[in-house]
Amino acid sequence: MAVLTDRPATAPARRDERAARTLATRFLGYATLVFFGLVFLYPFVIQIGNSLKTEPDAAANPLSPFPDPLTLAGFERIFAGTNFPLWLGNSLLVTVLVTLGRVFFDSLAGYALARLRFRGRSGLFAAVIAVMAVPGVVLLIPKFLVLNQLGIYNSYAGLVVPLLADAAGVFIMKQFFESIPVSVEEAARIDGASIFRTFWSVVLPMAKPALITLTILSFQGSWNEFPHSLVSVQDPDLFTLPRGLADLVSGSLGSGTQYPLKLGAALLATIPVAIIFVVFQRYFVRDANDGSDKG
Amino acid sequence: MAIDTQAAVATAPGPGPRRRRGGIRSNENLAGWLFVAPVIAILGLFLLLPILMALWVSLTDWNGQGTPFTGDVPFVGAHNYTQLFTEDGLARRDFMTSIRNNIYYVAIVVPAQTVLALGLALVVNNRMLKGKSFFRSAFYFPSVTSSVAISVVFLFLFANSGAVNALLGFAGIDGPEWFADSRGVLHLLFGVVGVDSPPAALADGGPFGLTWWDWLAGPSVAMISIITLVIWTTSGTFMLMFLAGLQNVPVTLDEASTLDGASRWQRFRHVTLPLLRPTTFLVLTLGMIGSWQVFDQVYVMSQGDPAKTTLTPAYLSYRTAFRDFDYGSGAAISFVLFLIIIVLTLIQRRVLAERDTDRPRRGWWRRRVPERS
Repeated sequence: MAVLTDRPATAPARRDERAARTLATRFLGYATLVFFGLVFLYPFVIQIGNSLKTEPDAAANPLSPFPDPLTLAGFERIFAGTNFPLWLGNSLLVTVLVTLGRVFFDSLAGYALARLRFRGRSGLFAAVIAVMAVPGVVLLIPKFLVLNQLGIYNSYAGLVVPLLADAAGVFIMKQFFESIPVSVEEAARIDGASIFRTFWSVVLPMAKPALITLTILSFQGSWNEFPHSLVSVQDPDLFTLPRGLADLVSGSLGSGTQYPLKLGAALLATIPVAIIFVVFQRYFVRDANDGSDKG
Repeated sequence: MAIDTQAAVATAPGPGPRRRRGGIRSNENLAGWLFVAPVIAILGLFLLLPILMALWVSLTDWNGQGTPFTGDVPFVGAHNYTQLFTEDGLARRDFMTSIRNNIYYVAIVVPAQTVLALGLALVVNNRMLKGKSFFRSAFYFPSVTSSVAISVVFLFLFANSGAVNALLGFAGIDGPEWFADSRGVLHLLFGVVGVDSPPAALADGGPFGLTWWDWLAGPSVAMISIITLVIWTTSGTFMLMFLAGLQNVPVTLDEASTLDGASRWQRFRHVTLPLLRPTTFLVLTLGMIGSWQVFDQVYVMSQGDPAKTTLTPAYLSYRTAFRDFDYGSGAAISFVLFLIIIVLTLIQRRVLAERDTDRPRRGWWRRRVPERS
């Protein structure tokens, strides 16, 4: 804007007009931001408010965020009247195992594809790219078939093992390893460290940002994972949170709509990811930007 | 891929180390395979192998009893596929209904989320506004939450006595019973201009067993609620992509066009939008690939009801296999859907590859922008 001042053609009147327009732009900009802020956040406010209401109150004043009267009955029934604690435990177990597995196996493979020269490497990388394009929903029946055939349908193994590695994670790690200088590793290798030792104690500590990204993505992905649990288990004792929630909604509750309870359960399932999101935001954002570069 | 081979060449050691390493080449060969072995095992066992198994099952009439890989299971050849396209019957009707529903879904979701994402990105990218990072996070947050949990919230919002109908009530509109309303939106519009029942020309004879009137139904009122949910959850992700794209728009260019007297709209139309073309293309194709996979929301919110108007191919394949125990047909539907998505993916990758080879030209163009500082 400062550039404008050295232009003789800019009369004071035009400058006033500019200032007015800038003000109008700002006002419009903030109005848009606030409007869409409400559109994107108010559903969560409604969710929190209504989870603390009585059922008639939620039906009568769905828009109001303020419970009248405030009651924890919905939450009490979540813990006393549903299998929620069990689902929570299953989800935690699955999420921890899947995240550990993905971080370890994806970085191993990513490192090999980035640095180690072995026969078939480029073919393997092409395969990883191809696998990334396979849409999850067409794998529902195939996954069921293989789990059934292997005899691990309806078991924790069926719930966890197929998710222990993912092509996108391998891709992220490979890209990262290629971006760090090779000289440090070479020094370690020349000093006689084995390949695994070099990877484990020299390269991996340098890959911390990528490891955090991968941990967060794996956590979020496996915590929210729904279709896989749908085709890998049937036994209600093996339900994860999303599966249990879907079951609640499809009418396992019996009488009434019970929205306060359902909203409360959905809220509890959202909180862990929300915390991670607030704390590690920049890693989420960076990943989405990376995606736009690579497609 | 060309970039990766270049990078590999660049990271290859110079002549000195290479001689040293010659001795441990075989070592590296073994280590390489050991390192990738777990990933190969998992992806091979739970991704590639099952696809082949499903391909076989799609050629049989397996009903879920025992194993499909014995001689007892009736082999039906391509019948599961032909009944989706050429044989008049329930299978084709359901499949074509699901395709119709998904086409309308894509036709609304993709443009709407793209425009909304671009708009949000432009506002959040505005240098004059403060607090942008908060709003950027707010817009993006729905994208990271569980699809099932969000669907529960939207079930409440769109309930008969829910928030959306309460809002419509303020405007004096009597909101519909969203999840019970199977009326097509286009049919409703035809109704407004007086066409309530199918005209004789459209009453029958449409392609693939559905009448023209059925093809022209538009998304049902129930589907509109799912569409709203999906636009709301995905726009944040695409907004981030547009933001990344906007960072490639040189500030100097924007300033130069302002000095030349271009209005804001002209600047957007003739400077920003052309530079965002690659990003827009990416968002459009990713949107299309994603919208053909809608499943979780349908499962939680509507299960394909009312009157099959929220049935999508992904949900239909699940329902055919796991509810009707017709695994062959279910798998066949999956593969047709797979084909649709793969074609879209290949188109996207081809165009993106062309864009990469276009890069030098863009660099040349950017250099012509006069420097001012």
